This record gives sequence, C-alpha cells and structure tokens, in this order.
Amino acid sequence: MAQSINSGFTPWLKRDLLLAYRRRGEVASPLVFFVMVSTLIPLGLTPESAQLAEIAAGMIWVMALLATLLSVDGLFASDYQDGSLEQLLISPQLLPMPLLGKITAHWLTTGLPLTLVSPLLGLMLSLPAAGYLPMLCSLALGTACLSLTGAVGAALTVSLRKGGLLLSLLVMPMYMPVIIFGSATISYAIDGLNWLPPLAILGALFAASVALCPLAAAGALRITSAN
Amino acid sequence: MSQSTLLKVDNLAFERDDSCLFENINLSLNSGEILQIEGANGSGKTTLLRLLTTALQPSAGGILYKGVALSQCRYQYLSNMLYIGHQPAVKLTLTAEENLRWMVASSAKINQLSIDEALDGVGLSGYSDIPCYALSAGQHRRVALARLLISEAELWYLDEPFTAIDKQGVSFLEARLQEHLHRGGAVLLSSHQDLAIDNLRKYSLSSQAGQTQ
Amino acid sequence: MSWQWFHRLGSPRWFYQTSTRWLPLLALIAAAVLVSGLVWGLAFAPADAKQGNSFRIIYIHVPASFLALAGYYIMAIAGAVGLIWKMKLSYMVMKSAAPIGAALTFIALFTGAIWGKPTWGAYWVWDARITSMLILLFLYLGVMALQYAYHSIDAASKAGAILALVGTVNIPIIYKSVDWWYTLHQPATIKFTSAPSMHIDMFLPLLVMIVGFYLFYAVALILHTRSEILRRERKTAWVRELVQPNVGEKA
Repeated sequence: MAQSINSGFTPWLKRDLLLAYRRRGEVASPLVFFVMVSTLIPLGLTPESAQLAEIAAGMIWVMALLATLLSVDGLFASDYQDGSLEQLLISPQLLPMPLLGKITAHWLTTGLPLTLVSPLLGLMLSLPAAGYLPMLCSLALGTACLSLTGAVGAALTVSLRKGGLLLSLLVMPMYMPVIIFGSATISYAIDGLNWLPPLAILGALFAASVALCPLAAAGALRITSAN
Repeated sequence: MSQSTLLKVDNLAFERDDSCLFENINLSLNSGEILQIEGANGSGKTTLLRLLTTALQPSAGGILYKGVALSQCRYQYLSNMLYIGHQPAVKLTLTAEENLRWMVASSAKINQLSIDEALDGVGLSGYSDIPCYALSAGQHRRVALARLLISEAELWYLDEPFTAIDKQGVSFLEARLQEHLHRGGAVLLSSHQDLAIDNLRKYSLSSQAGQTQ
Repeated sequence: MSWQWFHRLGSPRWFYQTSTRWLPLLALIAAAVLVSGLVWGLAFAPADAKQGNSFRIIYIHVPASFLALAGYYIMAIAGAVGLIWKMKLSYMVMKSAAPIGAALTFIALFTGAIWGKPTWGAYWVWDARITSMLILLFLYLGVMALQYAYHSIDAASKAGAILALVGTVNIPIIYKSVDWWYTLHQPATIKFTSAPSMHIDMFLPLLVMIVGFYLFYAVALILHTRSEILRRERKTAWVRELVQPNVGEKA
C-alpha cells in the first residue's frame, strides 16, 4: 500500500462508524440530552410562545454545544484504554488523516443527528419560520467545528482519569466564537437581514479547523499518550 | 538467510521527570536473531520497547535501522515492524474476526494466509464470529498473536507475549518465533520465562548499563 | 558562540543565581515607578470633567488589562521555547506565568467592575472588552488546571504548552468575535471601556503605571520562577546547600 497523503482517512472513518453502531445506545445519549434539555427551558423560564421565540435561536445553540461537549471525550478514550491508540501512533501513515477520519465519524454520529433533530426543537421552542433553514446550516457547519476543536481538547486530556470535565473547561473558550456566529446566523434571518455573512464566517472557522485541528490533535496525542 | 544488522541501538538513555530510567543502552539485532530483554519490574523493559517503536522519544542516543538513523527512514522502519504490547488492542464490541481483519488492514507486509486460517492457527476456530467482550483475556491475547501468523514484517517487538496464555499457547508461540527467525526475521521481546528457541541472546536491564550474556 | 549563551540561559541554576543578584535592584525600580505613577495619577492628575475622581481607577485597570494579555503571550512563548528547544527552565517560566496572568486578569475585571458602578450604574456589563477579558481568564484557568491534572511534570509541561499555543491562536479570533457580537447587540457607539481621548496630564501617569506594571510583572515572574526552580531541582546538590539550615540563610 503506497503512502499517500490521505491514507488512513477512510479506514478509520469506517471503523469508528462501525464501533459507534455497535454501541448505539451510548452514542445516542447526547441526542437524547439535546431533546430533553429543551423541556427544561419552558419549565425554567416561561411557556409563552412569544418569549420563547425570542430566545429559541440562542438556546438551541447552547444546548447543541453542551450536548457535543458531553460526547467529545469519548473520541479517544476507548482506543487509549485498549491499546489501539498506541498501535495507531506507531503505524507508518501520517497521523492527522486517521484522526480526521475519527473526527468525521464523531460528527456523523453526534453533530449531524443534532442538526437533523433541531427542527423538532425549533417547533417546541416556537422558533420563527425564517429561522429553520439558517438553523440547519449553522448547526451543520458549527457542530463540525465543535467536533474538530473538541478533538484537540480530547487529545490533551486522553491519559487523565476523569479528564471529561477538565476537557469541557479547556475547550469552552474555543467554542465561544462558534456559538457567536452560529446563533447570529439564525437571529439575522429572524430579523429579516441577510444571514449569509455570519454563516460565511462560520464556514471560515470550519475551514481553519479542518486544516489545523487534526495537526494539533496529532501533536497533542503523541505527547500525552507517551506517559 | 543473510546475516544483516537490522537494528542498532547506540547509547540510548531515557529519563522521565528528572530521574534517569536507564542510560548507555547499547544493543544490536541481526536477522535471524532473537533478543530477550530481562529485568525486574520497573526496570524499563516496556519503556525500551516503546522507545524502539518510536512511541517514545529517547533523551539521548540513537537508533539505526539497517544503518540509517530512524528519523530518515521512519516510513520503511515502521512498515517493517510489528509491535504487540501489554494491551492486545482488541475492541470489545467487534468480533475476533473483525478485530484481526482491522489489525492487518493497514499492514503492507502480510502473507496470503486468510483471517480465518490465522484464527484457526491460534486455536480460535469456533470463535471468529463472537464479539470479544464474550472472550477471556487469554483469548484476546490469542487474537493479537494471530497477527504473527499473517505478518511478514521483519522486526517483531513483543512485550511479555506469554502472559495469559497456556502451555499449548506457549509452545505454539515458540514454534512461530522459530519459524520467523528461520526466514530471516528478528525478534526482540521482554519476558520472564525461559524460552526454548535457538539463537537466543539475553539482555539484562537490571543494572544501569545492560549486560549481554 | 551565541548558542552557548542560549543554553546557559536555560540552566535553572544560572537563572537562580543571576536573579539573586539582580532582583533586589529590579524590585526597587519597579516599586519606585509604581509608587510615583500611583501618586501622580491618584493625587496630582486633574479630575475628569464627566467622571470626577472615579476615573482614576484606570491607573490600575488599564495596565492590568495590558499585562493580562501580554502575560498570556509570554506564557505561550515560554511554552513554545520549551517544546522546541526542550528547555526545562522555559517550562518553569510558563508554569509560573499562568497564575500571575490569571491574577492580573482578575484585577482588571475587578477594577473594571469598581469603575462601572459609579460611572454607569452597574458592576457588571457585558461589553466587548470585559467579556473578552473574562474569556481570557478562562483560558488561563484552563492552562493551570491542565498542568495540575498531570502527575508527571514532563507531561504537564508539554500539554500545558500545547494548550497555551492553541489559546494563542484562538485569542484574536475570540476577541474579534466578541467585538462583533457586541456591536450586533449594542448599536450605540458608546464603548464602555475604551479609553476616552485623554488630556496629556492624565495620559502621562498612565504611561508610567503601564511601565511600572511591566516591571512588577517581571519581578513577580522571576520570584515565582525562582520558587518553582527550588521545588523542581530540590534533589540537586546546589539546592540542598542553599536550603540547608547550617549554611545560614538563603542567599
């Protein structure tokens, strides 16, 4: 098998998808969390449609962010514990590509389902009609950024026990630009403005993340799993 | 079988957290040879193996593969190396067959043996479709060891390969190692056991500078 | 030639001994500059037309904000030097810089709150600068928490360095995003924490305070690094000799 720059992407993508399929229940929990937390908002605030409509865009984004945060430390945990990560680190192929495959699998099993379920939440939180399409677009791009950035945090905490909470703390500041532009996309649309500019910035964040996060995560993994 | 120096380790040293685990490690491994690393628990056997796999970086010294420094031939070296560590790298939700298939998927150097034949060879013939959470630790190790039947890599690094396997497994492994050596491969392993293999050299990590017997 | 100097710079012992000689003088200068700046700013600078005397808090707030941000970059550069040249002293400086920077960020937020109450009626306002400063505090706390979570010093230093560098890349993005977010929600052009155009009589003491704060940061960093050196090198002969009671007091 010749060494090509993208060797490792597809095999590891398929592998992680298969593993996620075998642990369907576990993998579905961030999605269930996402939906359940949306019930907390009317309970905690108000059931009035008008008021819910004002905060729906932001709240959906906050919940998507929290749900992703819950799921991201599972990215490397299982492989670290059974020794598969070590085998990956000593294989001849370049490390960032298999990592990108794993992150893509992670997005396909968390971010994408969140995005597809979000219209249901929009309905429950009285999201104005203009917000639905921007919500789908911004969540699709944004959760991809969250998976990518989360992977760097997961790589930095992989060898720690109880690294999950620390991971959330580390990664939260990096998530803030994503939520700013993600929820702004929806708000702009609801206010009747052109919602493509904030979406474009989200796209730029995504492009930068795809380019840089696999490299950063690879470097961090080599260092932290050496101990 | 041509005698060539596959691996040469020069003055390797490793320190962690300001304490030196070992230094002045000098050893060489030729094709057809097997080197057994001995040492008390904690003396650094696993660390030495991990240094050789490039999972860790040495604090001093160098490693040469066929005379070339590792930094310059990383791809060739890693393609030609097989490492089985303490953990068998077995995913519990996959079956034995899927695990083995995955383990050899990225290796370029494999022979024509099929996955099923390899699993037969390690005595797991009825178990290929069973998910690994239903198998014992010894059976997990057999799945990992099945790689040895398929691999054509020259260098084998094995960390305590005899843990959790029974007497039958031990003789199977010894036979397989012998066969690998006959074909010009080389093995470096850490183990407490006495092995019945020709051409065995030992290297002790008990003292600061190792001794070759 | 110059590499020899660079590598000697990386020796904790050399750093400790050199700083022992120069620290008292540096601390004296820092104290002198700070005191003169404070007195000038708090007592002698003219009162502001609109804010009266409460604006004087900027003599602490603004330098603290500067140093909070500069301190993060110093920490990240120390981490980068440690990663590239594997210099342990650099990692020690990075570890020492984190709590100092976090404290300065907190001071900036605290003095900002004190400034806010008499001026705009609220202790906390979610404007661009304050929000960015808060996120900077979280970044600092993250680097500190990550280093403390690891038992192995090597792993802690390297992981902390990587996180600090990732944060460095993120800081401009975060600042710009928060800025944009703020203008989105506050179309008014009043920026709460922008420095008002200043009369020179008010500006000069501010400059003195900024210099004083930089000097203070240097003193604090050196002091903290010295104690980190003693802690990490406690098994070496020179540290043993330094702290043994029968050799007299610490130099």
